Amino acid sequence: MTALDFTPAAGAAPRSRQVWAHATTEASLILRNGEQALLALVIPIGILVAGRFLGSRFGLDFPTLAPSVLALAIWSSCFTSLAISTGFERRYNVLERLAATPLGKSGILLGKATAIALVTGVQLVVLLGVALVLGWRPGLDPVALVIAVVACLLAAGAFAGLALCLAGTARPEITLAVANLVYLIGLVGGGILLPVASHPAWARPIISLLPTAALGEALRNGTAMTLVVLAVWCAGTLVVARKVFRWTS
Amino acid sequence: MLHHGWRYSGDVPPPSVVSARDLRVAFGSRTALDGMSLEVHPGRVTSLLGPNGAGKTTFIRCCTGLVEPDAGTLALFGHAPGSAQVLPRVGLMPQQTGAWSQIAPRQLLTYLSKLYADPLPTDSLMTALGIHAFASTPYRRLSGGQQQLVNLAGALIGRPDVVFLDEPTAGLDVRMKRSVWDLVGRVRDAGVAVLLTTHDMHEAENLADDVHIIDRGRITLQGTVKELTRNGDLESVFLAHTSPAEADA
Repeated sequence: MTALDFTPAAGAAPRSRQVWAHATTEASLILRNGEQALLALVIPIGILVAGRFLGSRFGLDFPTLAPSVLALAIWSSCFTSLAISTGFERRYNVLERLAATPLGKSGILLGKATAIALVTGVQLVVLLGVALVLGWRPGLDPVALVIAVVACLLAAGAFAGLALCLAGTARPEITLAVANLVYLIGLVGGGILLPVASHPAWARPIISLLPTAALGEALRNGTAMTLVVLAVWCAGTLVVARKVFRWTS
Repeated sequence: MLHHGWRYSGDVPPPSVVSARDLRVAFGSRTALDGMSLEVHPGRVTSLLGPNGAGKTTFIRCCTGLVEPDAGTLALFGHAPGSAQVLPRVGLMPQQTGAWSQIAPRQLLTYLSKLYADPLPTDSLMTALGIHAFASTPYRRLSGGQQQLVNLAGALIGRPDVVFLDEPTAGLDVRMKRSVWDLVGRVRDAGVAVLLTTHDMHEAENLADDVHIIDRGRITLQGTVKELTRNGDLESVFLAHTSPAEADA
C-alpha cells in the first residue's frame, strides 16, 4: 500500500458545492438509466409524434396535446423517477451512507430536489424543442406564463411529496410497481394527458381535484384556480412525507 | 501522531469522542438498545462484538443521527449526533452496499470527496486500497469484497476523526481481510477513533484495543482483549456473555 496520511483533518466543503456535487451525480445516474430515460423522454416524445400525426383521429388536437406532454414529463420525473430511485437508495443504504456525511439529511433533500430540477429542465427543453419542431406555437400571454411556471413548481413539490411518502415507507419492489401503476393511472385517467372536460361528467369534479389534472389544466388553459389545488397538495404531501419518511429500509 | 500504546490501567485515556450513557431504543414492541453505555477514544479501535440482532447497527445509526434514542444521552465531540458540527468529522462504512447500483467507484469517491474541505486524494486512496483495477466498473458488478473496499475508502476519504465500520470484513477473503486490518491499524495509529462491529472473534482479537460484548441491546462485558481472555479464549467469553442470535437489528 502507498503512504497515505490518515491524520484527522475533517471539514465540510461549502454547502453549495456539496449540494451541487450531489445533484449532478444523481442527475447523471438518472439520465444514464435506461428505464428512467424511457419515462423521461422516449414515452413523451412518442406521444408527441403520435399525437401530431394521429391525434385528430382521437379528438386530441396538437395545441392541447403539447402542453399536456410537458405536464406528463414533470409527472414522470418528479413522481415516478424520484419514487423509484429513492426506494432503491433506501434499500441499498445510500441514504444511510450519505446522511453520515456533511450533506446530512437536509443536504440530501436539497441535492435530490436540485437533481430532479435538472432532469426535469433537460426534459422540458428537449420536449419543448420537439413540440416546436412539430408545429406547436404556444401563446405568450404573460399571466398564463406566470400561472404555468408557478403550477410547475407547485406540482413538482406535490409529486415529490407523494414520491417520498411512497418510497419512504414501502419496500422498493412495491414502490417500483406502485409508482409505475400510478404513473399510468395519472397519464390516462388523472387529467394529465386528456383534459378534464373529456372525462365523463360524473368524474370531472373528482379528477379536477387531483394534482395531475390541476397541472395539466394550468398548462393547457392557464386556469388560476388550479394553483389552489396544487398548493394544497404540495403542502399536504410534503408535510406527510416529513412525518412518514424512513431513511433506512 | 497518537499511537495505541496506552492502557486504562496505566496512562490516562484521551477524552472520548463518542459518549453514550444508558441508551434505550425500541422499535414497536422490540427493544433494540436496552441501557447501553459506551465510550470511544481517539487512537483506539473499539470493537462492538455481538450476535446478529444484538443492537450493533442500531447503535451506529444512533451515532449518525438516523435513529433517535428513546432515552439516555449520546454525544459525539460534545455535540448531538447528526449535527452540522459532527457530520464532517464522521466516516461511515455501512454493513451492506451503501452506493447506487450503477455508479462506478471512481465516480462515487470523487463525489464523496467534494463533500469535504480537505479530502484524501482520491487516486492515492484508490491505489492504497487496490481499487484502480475496478474503478470504472458499476458498483452492482463488483464482488462483495470489492464493494467493501470501496465502502471503506468512502468512510476514510473525508479524513474523519471517528470512523464507524459496520462488519468491515464480512465476506472478504483472507488476504483482503488482512489488508483491511492493516489499513484499520494505520488509521488508528494516525489518531482516528475507530468503532467496529463484528461477530468475528479473530477480528476482535487481532484488531481491537477495547472490546465491548453486546447482547440484547446492552453491554454485558468490556475490557481489553488481554483482560477479557485472562481465563479463557475470547470465543468462550463471548458465548458466556451472549444469548442465541435473533433477527438483525
